[in-house]
Amino acid sequence: MITNLDLSVPAQLTLALVPDLVLMGGGMLLLIWAALRPESDRHQRAVGMASIVLAGVTILLCLAWSSRYTAGAGPIAIDNFRWFVDVVVLLGTVFAIALSMDDNMRSGITAAESHVLILLASSGMMLLAAARDLMIVFLGVELMSISVYALAGINRRSARSAEGALKYFLLGAFSTAFLLYGIALVYGATGSTNLAVIAGRTTMYNLASSPLLLVGIALLLIGFGFKVATVPFHMWAPDVYDGAPSPITAYMAATVKAAAFAAFIRVWLEAFPFSASMWRPALGGIAIATMVIGNAIGIVQRNLKRLLAYSSIGHAGYLLVAIAAGTVQGSSAMLFYLFIYTLATFGAFAVVVTLTRENQGAVMLDELSGLWRVRPWLAFAMAVLMLALMGFPIFGGAGFYAKWYVLQAALNAPVRQTTLAVVLVLTTVISAGYYLYVVMLMFMRPRPEGLPAPEQAGGLTRVVLNVTVALLLIFGFVPERAIEVARSGQPVFGPAAGTTASTLPNVIDFGAPRSPPERVVFVKGPPQVKYDSAVAR
Amino acid sequence: MNAFLASIGYQRWILPVLLIIPLAGAAVIWFQGARGERAADGDEVVNGTASSPRGIALLTFAIEFVVSVGLWWSFDPSNAAWQSVVDTPWIPSWGVRFTLGVDGIAVMMILLTTFIMLLAVGGSWTSIRARTHAYYALLLVLTTGMLGVFMALDLFLFYVMWEVMLVPMYFIVGIWGGDRRIYASIKFFLYTMVGSMLMLAAIVYLGYSARNPMTGTPVFNYDYVLQNAALTSTAAKWLFGGFFLAFAVKVPMFPFHTWLPDAHVEAPTAGSVVLASIMLKLGTFGFLRLAVPLFPSAAMSPTIRSIILGLAVVGIVYGALVSLVQPDFKKLVAYSSVSHLGFVMLGIFALTVQSVQGALMVMINHGISTGALFFLIGMIYERRHTRLIESYGGIARVVPLFAAMLTIVTFSSIGVPGTNGFVGEFLVLIGAFRTEPVLALIATTAVIISAAYLLWAIQRILFNPLDKAENEHIPDLNRRELAIMIPLVAAIVWLGVYPAPVLRRMQTAAERFVTYVDARRDVRLPEIADGGGNR
Repeated sequence: MITNLDLSVPAQLTLALVPDLVLMGGGMLLLIWAALRPESDRHQRAVGMASIVLAGVTILLCLAWSSRYTAGAGPIAIDNFRWFVDVVVLLGTVFAIALSMDDNMRSGITAAESHVLILLASSGMMLLAAARDLMIVFLGVELMSISVYALAGINRRSARSAEGALKYFLLGAFSTAFLLYGIALVYGATGSTNLAVIAGRTTMYNLASSPLLLVGIALLLIGFGFKVATVPFHMWAPDVYDGAPSPITAYMAATVKAAAFAAFIRVWLEAFPFSASMWRPALGGIAIATMVIGNAIGIVQRNLKRLLAYSSIGHAGYLLVAIAAGTVQGSSAMLFYLFIYTLATFGAFAVVVTLTRENQGAVMLDELSGLWRVRPWLAFAMAVLMLALMGFPIFGGAGFYAKWYVLQAALNAPVRQTTLAVVLVLTTVISAGYYLYVVMLMFMRPRPEGLPAPEQAGGLTRVVLNVTVALLLIFGFVPERAIEVARSGQPVFGPAAGTTASTLPNVIDFGAPRSPPERVVFVKGPPQVKYDSAVAR
Repeated sequence: MNAFLASIGYQRWILPVLLIIPLAGAAVIWFQGARGERAADGDEVVNGTASSPRGIALLTFAIEFVVSVGLWWSFDPSNAAWQSVVDTPWIPSWGVRFTLGVDGIAVMMILLTTFIMLLAVGGSWTSIRARTHAYYALLLVLTTGMLGVFMALDLFLFYVMWEVMLVPMYFIVGIWGGDRRIYASIKFFLYTMVGSMLMLAAIVYLGYSARNPMTGTPVFNYDYVLQNAALTSTAAKWLFGGFFLAFAVKVPMFPFHTWLPDAHVEAPTAGSVVLASIMLKLGTFGFLRLAVPLFPSAAMSPTIRSIILGLAVVGIVYGALVSLVQPDFKKLVAYSSVSHLGFVMLGIFALTVQSVQGALMVMINHGISTGALFFLIGMIYERRHTRLIESYGGIARVVPLFAAMLTIVTFSSIGVPGTNGFVGEFLVLIGAFRTEPVLALIATTAVIISAAYLLWAIQRILFNPLDKAENEHIPDLNRRELAIMIPLVAAIVWLGVYPAPVLRRMQTAAERFVTYVDARRDVRLPEIADGGGNR
């Protein structure tokens, strides 16, 4: 029985946000608990376990809500796209907290707040997954980013961690400014922040090539570009990824990226489809630059975490191809990709956590030499994960299907993205240069003299590693079920173009025009910029 | 025999079973090896019991071979349709199906594969000493990949199988290979991958060009794509380019061949045998099955066809000339493969029934005789630990059995009448002479050069004066090695004297290929799409 919620009624809007609110509220309670006791490893583990349980409960709520509610127009979406992203984000949250619990012990971090910060960041991501209004997007981005800035510097004793966190904070704040300015300009052009209304007014008043809107879109592109680390807005990523504790790096590389991409594609497909001919070349160019540069620089890395950082930049490029397709098939491809990419990234970072030795931040690639001789299962798992990130069939499990899905979306788009598809496959070959290098080191080089075998990983790290590898391999043989779910996870658009914002709750709608035709500006004649008085309401 | 096979439903289950047996064997070896005894350095203790990895591998390959031999009888040469077809859905939402089926060419390639793989275990028996369980497990997985390529009738499945065989070979060369094994294995992997990734993009494009009009899902079924792909002439050329690169690297054709000497020389014996005997044939098989029939107008357009024919002939002569100057016997044989595979390409693109049949024969013969040469090189290398021709001399007196085998195999590789090598190259040359007399003439010179480099090499190895003390006490072939060589020599003689049964099984497929391509080579594709969803 599916109930249709009217989001203009506050009670029903609250009901639609229950999973998000549970995570937020629970996170705050846990924060109090975390602060009550003195810092200790035991306390950090207890809070971690409680956080995992809370994330698990939220997953169940998301699943329950997905089969129970739907909604029409409004500031948030209730569609399978949202629930799919939520589950991917929460899965990443569980993995990240599990890895953190082991890693914190090893690197001497006793702050129990680290787990709670992850929960709060995740609740911001859930908002991003749901957002159908640029204001909600902004709220989600801020909630997510501020928590992650703190997480990047959670290792207070590490100078590199502090450097990375500061860098991340400064550039992140800068990019948020771009995002906000973009939102302002889009609002200025269309008089609304609601995605559906933006699209509706764009057609209604023929704004698709209005300079104000286009500048707004460009600024939003830059803002999102920073968040998902696309070239040329990627400079912060390697330093931050390298400095942060490994589980947090995995969380940033996979989960933050997943949420930001979810908001990215929803905004692009729902609000700006009519300007596609204007933004597609820019997006395509960024995608090509990201794929080529991310993968090419990956080859020269000698530090495993930096290598994975550049690999994640390359993956952002592949995901941009899915957005550039501009179709719902593209968004399904992106969902599937994000799911598989989350598994592979957390698996790879579980290996990094295992290999990290006490009081030593970086894992150099040479330490992988001959790993097969001393820890055969670890080497095997890492090989599967590397091949999965490379997108290799069978041995890399489901990684191949993710790439295939994106290729399909690119080549099946109304505006066929053949160039992007070709660049995608060719940069995959480039990426083989470093993924294979890792495999080669583990299996074909002898173990250097005097290099001790890595210690046995903590129990939770092993669980994360085994679960991710097993899921990748299983989906590698029978992907149908996961593909079906991703296919059903399409964002639901609407209301139909041209609907006024009058059905939207006041809190969100800042600018319902009283007499729309007067607002046609920028199209012909001298500008008669006449901002709507509703703003002041 | 036929009645017996029909009574057990052989046709219905043979293809999937052939794919599953090696995988099952690999799983058993893997789990058995993971529990096996380990020495201090992490290597397992080599023992000779039947439950050792090599014992299980031998048993598995023996079963595989015995089971596959039934195809020889169950295959109906007069029937042009796909046989032993298996078809089940795999990923319905993408229109991907698990479709297997064989024609005459595929049957012969499958039999060659199972035959060579069985012998390859024998060739690795004593030479692989470290981490044997991983080695044999990879060898078995590799077999599944290669057989899958020959059987796949779904383009998606074809691609997956094509990639599946890449990783095991990468590890086999990279872990158990010679001194420059890492360089060779990565070069092999990257070269192959550049080609195959472009083929991947081409397959996706092709699947959408042949989409199901009712549901809009792509279709990757070979026959369906063959008939329904709506392509423009530009698209056909680019797609052919994607497939061409994938297969040309694998064959390898002349400018794309540089991975081959490295990989062949550095690979362990069984690796070289598998590379030369089977994996190179996958490239030419790809041309016969996919690249040419899917895009006949592009492949046979005058410019593209003459470029490919030109490269084939350059490869034939170049490979032979380079072989002439190799000091390393294994490298000599590796370069001779470039020359032999050039004949196959010449035969395919000359496009007469005779030349295509000749090309198919060269594929089989090269698999047998070059495989045998690599086996022999591996055997002598295990004794003397050198592959340089000049390190030997006059050893015919010391190892007469080895000398006899090497001489027979060399004759076969040269193409002396009465051995199998003669049949294939002769058919290619007379077939090609009808359409491309000049090129055929140039190619003929390579037959002479090949006699020169091989005879000169065995003269220096076997017959010159025995002037090196190390060579005076080499033990002759043992029973295991004879057991490998005798079937190969038998095949050489049989195919040289009476190739008709093999030719008959491949004739229908070869004729169908030639008539199909010939009929469509001049079909003009539309310059721009007719609104069928393209562009």
